[in-house]
Amino acid sequence: MNHRPDSDGYEDGNALAGPLSEIFAVDLTSALGRCANCGVTEPVARLHVYTRAPGLVARCPHCAHVTLRMVRSPDDAWLDMSGTVALRIPLTSG
Amino acid sequence: MGVVSPGFRGRPRESSRRLPPGQYETHDFPVLSAGPTPRIAREDWEFTVTTETGDRHSWNWAELTALPSENPTVDLHCVTKWSKFDTRWQGVSLDVLLAEVETAADYVMVSSYGGYTTGMPLEDLLHGQAWIAYGYDGDDIPPEHGGPARLLVPHLYFWKSAKWVHGIQLLPQDEPGFWESLGYHDYGDPWREQRYQGD
Ligand SMILES: [Zn+2]
Repeated sequence: MNHRPDSDGYEDGNALAGPLSEIFAVDLTSALGRCANCGVTEPVARLHVYTRAPGLVARCPHCAHVTLRMVRSPDDAWLDMSGTVALRIPLTSG
Repeated sequence: MGVVSPGFRGRPRESSRRLPPGQYETHDFPVLSAGPTPRIAREDWEFTVTTETGDRHSWNWAELTALPSENPTVDLHCVTKWSKFDTRWQGVSLDVLLAEVETAADYVMVSSYGGYTTGMPLEDLLHGQAWIAYGYDGDDIPPEHGGPARLLVPHLYFWKSAKWVHGIQLLPQDEPGFWESLGYHDYGDPWREQRYQGD
């Protein structure tokens, strides 16, 4: 797929911070995620996030594969992370 | 060709009566996008209907645009709550495209260049309710609005009107597409405000 960042109006992964903070206690934007499609590991903050849609769609900056999707309805949050193999989340040790 | 206006059918033209519950009217045409905009050259473009038995029916750009077209003027209702009245399109009715397709399927999965999918009953693509549109407001459809061709099925929320349409798979059972698998309603009737699962 041709990826043309100049014309596609995405934001970086920090756009996920607010919506995800409603679900997770830790800030996931500093976590490292591995793309299920191309295998590249990147900080969540570097994902390409499409916000002008019925939900949030985060894509791998290397292959544009969907790594995370989130929809917030009035009563539920829907989260799909099937495009992410694993998240490495930095935690401070006691 | 007659002008088909499903948005008007059985409803007064007065603005408030044309607005489904929870919607507001906009005069812009907001661009919603879940990913990079695919740029499909017309010479590379193809639309394929695949039946539940695997039979394939394909049209290239010349074949599609040689078919009889219609000029529907319709109201659009996006699940993000904007509605836009009297949008003018040109396209080929799905009645024409599916006329030669033999199927016993009740559902479809529509797929797009770029990977987007959306599902719906086959019935909702028939009887003058849906088009493969290739013209908007007297011009080509711009890529950000789904050109060179998009599905137009205006009686359902606009996420069903897949941009950059590439194919239709006929299915014996309903399957969730991109948004239907993440909390959005399987059917999506704006007049019954079927936004989310359970609405
Ligand atoms: Zn990737």
